[in-house]
Amino acid sequence: MLDVINLECVRGERQLFAALGLRILPGTCLHVAGENGAGKTSLLRILVGLLEPTAGVVRWRGEDIRRLREEFWRELVYVGHTNGIKDDLTALENVRFAWALRGAHGAARLHEDDAGAALQALGLGGRASTPVRFLSQGQRRRVALARLLLAPAPPLWVLDEPFVALDARGVAVLSARIAQHIGAGGIVALTTHQEVPLPGPVQRLELAPVRAEAA
Amino acid sequence: MRATVLAVLRRDLLLALRQRGDIANTVLFFFVVVAMVPLAVGPEPKTLRLIAPGMVWVAALLAAILSLPRLFAHDHADGTLEQLLLTGEPLAVIVLAKCAAHWLATGLPITLLAAVFGVVFDLGADVTGVLVATLLLGTPALSLLGAVGASLTLGLRGGGVLVALLVLPLCVPALIFGAGAIDAVAGGLSAQGHLLILGALSLGASVLAPWAIAAALRISLE
Repeated sequence: MLDVINLECVRGERQLFAALGLRILPGTCLHVAGENGAGKTSLLRILVGLLEPTAGVVRWRGEDIRRLREEFWRELVYVGHTNGIKDDLTALENVRFAWALRGAHGAARLHEDDAGAALQALGLGGRASTPVRFLSQGQRRRVALARLLLAPAPPLWVLDEPFVALDARGVAVLSARIAQHIGAGGIVALTTHQEVPLPGPVQRLELAPVRAEAA
Repeated sequence: MRATVLAVLRRDLLLALRQRGDIANTVLFFFVVVAMVPLAVGPEPKTLRLIAPGMVWVAALLAAILSLPRLFAHDHADGTLEQLLLTGEPLAVIVLAKCAAHWLATGLPITLLAAVFGVVFDLGADVTGVLVATLLLGTPALSLLGAVGASLTLGLRGGGVLVALLVLPLCVPALIFGAGAIDAVAGGLSAQGHLLILGALSLGASVLAPWAIAAALRISLE
């Protein structure tokens, strides 16, 4: 359960939103909508703790994420605007590294084939050992998203424009995976401009350019 | 924690291997700067023997600083830095792994090359040995202090020069004790005290610098 309480964000003297409050329950999807520059990315960055809000708190299971820090990040997958993958590593190496960063806790260790299977599911099976610099935009996006297919998945996913540059098949695979995650009681917060049918109970938050209230 | 640290270390070394040009540039820069000295001050062996250790240290310092802007800039640009910030392990530990990889890719080759200069400038076995020892103990401090500067200037325009201005004064103690150790040996004294202080500088930096770097990185990504 993710709680946003009285959140305010000011970027460069411009107030993006203020007094924003919402609660995302397990098994739901938050769709943050709004024009360019409305503050969607800023909101997602505040949700994951990359950006300090001007005012307000974000609580994960009732506790301030600024106090939880690593404990919170352990339960989070964030796919940002930039793909967060290395051009000089192969697709497989990138996925394996993303897994290692998750801190493979306890018994949850990556099976040697899991990274390959994730790439396979996203249609990159044949390109697994190609350095990412030789892949197209959409293929790079898929490498970044392969993180979501590794099991066990952390409960909270924050995805900034995950469908950008994906083709119809990629969109289908990703929305199926999101549906599965939500069905299993996970939380997904995402932004998208594409008309993608989002699965399950969707909470829609419309950020207006000047001021916004929780939907 | 160990798995994460090893993964970061392995990734950075792998990237350094795949971008061999970057390492080659640093090492070549070091080589060229030192090789310039005889051309500038004349080939008199006695003079060269006197100033070579100091020159090697200054060149090592400059070469280390030359390689710093890249330390976090690539990770910043492609978004992997964000991912490093959102892991389940303390950022300071991950940063320490990155600094270790940086040292292995720049400080270590420079140290090895310094042994060659010991022979080229006819420093003798004792002095060459101490020169290599000082660099081995001192260059980790350069990497760590340099990383503080690199993280503070991340995302700034003209960050490269600013890094040098920030970091060079911080490296003065390492330079003084590095060059001092060689002077001591050349004068027939023991270099042990100097070497111990150099080692202490590197150890101290490895404890304190990662926290400063972690804080600076978090601010730079806001």
